[in-house]
Amino acid sequence: MTQPPTASAPANGPTNRPSSPPPFITIRDVTKTWPNGTTVLSGIQLDVAKGDFISLIGPSGCGKSTLLRLISGLSPMSSGFIQIDGMIPENAREIMSFIFQDATLLPWRTVSRNVELGLELQRGETRNNRREKARELLKLVGLQSVADHYPRQLSGGMKMRVSIARALAIRPKILLMDEPFGALDEMTRDFLNEEVLRLREVDKFTTFFVTHSVSEAVFLSNRIMVLKANPGQIHREIHVPFPNPRPASLRSAPEFLALVGEVSSALRAVKSQK
Amino acid sequence: MNAFLRTWAWPVAVFLAVIFGWAGACHLFKIPPYILPGPISVLHAVIERRENLWFAFRVTAFEAAGGYVLSIAAGIVIALFFAQSSAIRRSLYPYTILLQTVPIVAIAPLILMWFGSGTRSVMLVAFIICLFPIIANTTQGLISVPRNLVDLFVMSNASKMQMLLDLRLPHAVPSLFIGLRISGGISVIGAITGELFASSNAVGQGGLGYSITYANSQLQTDYLFALVLTASALGFLFFFIVVFFEWLLLRQWHEAAMKSQME
Repeated sequence: MTQPPTASAPANGPTNRPSSPPPFITIRDVTKTWPNGTTVLSGIQLDVAKGDFISLIGPSGCGKSTLLRLISGLSPMSSGFIQIDGMIPENAREIMSFIFQDATLLPWRTVSRNVELGLELQRGETRNNRREKARELLKLVGLQSVADHYPRQLSGGMKMRVSIARALAIRPKILLMDEPFGALDEMTRDFLNEEVLRLREVDKFTTFFVTHSVSEAVFLSNRIMVLKANPGQIHREIHVPFPNPRPASLRSAPEFLALVGEVSSALRAVKSQK
Repeated sequence: MNAFLRTWAWPVAVFLAVIFGWAGACHLFKIPPYILPGPISVLHAVIERRENLWFAFRVTAFEAAGGYVLSIAAGIVIALFFAQSSAIRRSLYPYTILLQTVPIVAIAPLILMWFGSGTRSVMLVAFIICLFPIIANTTQGLISVPRNLVDLFVMSNASKMQMLLDLRLPHAVPSLFIGLRISGGISVIGAITGELFASSNAVGQGGLGYSITYANSQLQTDYLFALVLTASALGFLFFFIVVFFEWLLLRQWHEAAMKSQME
């Protein structure tokens, strides 16, 4: 159906890395039009290497969440193609996990059984194995003490950590996060940002991260895509040069603040451009 | 203790006021007992006719419970069918509303004519009156699963069956219980309505509805009051059984259900 990109694919993607190995994820000329004719995304080009942490930031209506849904295969694109490790999105779900803005925990399951959900639905794991994995993951996110609690007994930040543990349980190669910390207070958000970086050191997943917070994007990503709206397009890519692991103190470093300023002004430029 | 008082003081006060007002009015205005018996004579009737009441209670409880249980089974099956597509719902839902709008007193005689007077027909009347709340609420629960949860299951390559058993059905349980509470109460009304038209048994041998017509025709108004009390006790019993199961199943995860029933 769709042709894989040739080595000489249009060099609209990143230029800061050698182009010889095929990219892990390729997004080419992707367009999304709603049935009512509104174009949400137009001409999206993106090459993603393994381990990239890409933040999508932009004004509301720029289609950043839609792009995430196209990559996950939850929503079909109108034209163009997306290839993930050689597969179309629908076939790549086994290596992807989606983390939603709300924790989307099942209220009738305990924390531990919520973490087991993905493994359970994909089958091929015994009950004991699943339970063991859930236990390990809850330990990883520091929630082993509430394994037998029900979601309603947890705070918003804890629920989100359970949601992350559940997403990681299937050992995804790609993590798609749609404003996961948007509803949390700033302290919890900062803490969870550090958690995400720490977990990434363990599992090395490739990440797409939709956010409204500039400092969050700078702290987490190695690449920031600033999108513009009407139609949604990648306005500018900003490279984040800080090495991993990143300490929390990075947030007050002058070069960090300078980059936050740069991303903010890019966002302002995009917003004024109507 | 304070909380206990706050919960119970007013209902108890209202109860006492009604009883004393009732007794006082009967005495003061010299109302003949076949029009309005006083609370004492009603209590007397309850004690004196307790065997009749107990028998009628059991007959009606059995009929109501039979219709109720059948309506739960059928209602869930129909709701599962309705949840399959909005085309199905659009084409069939208007007809299920008929179940709700056609007055049961108008259909009851027809049912008794078609199926004969007896337990089976009375159950059928209770069944019909109970069915709609179960269908409507369960369907609502099955189709109102938040989109993100559905997407989560799609991302996990869940099968249709897993989507139903692990997501839609458990999500529908609180709504199902709303239907169960409504139907629990009205199943008793259905059974009594059915009995009003079914005169199958010897005098004093039918259920509450039958006994009510009998007591009315004999101007045994104190017994009639005792029967009405018994009928409402039966409704309460059904309601509390449902609430108990609801509490048992949902206390862990559904705060809203627990809170709303406290108020």
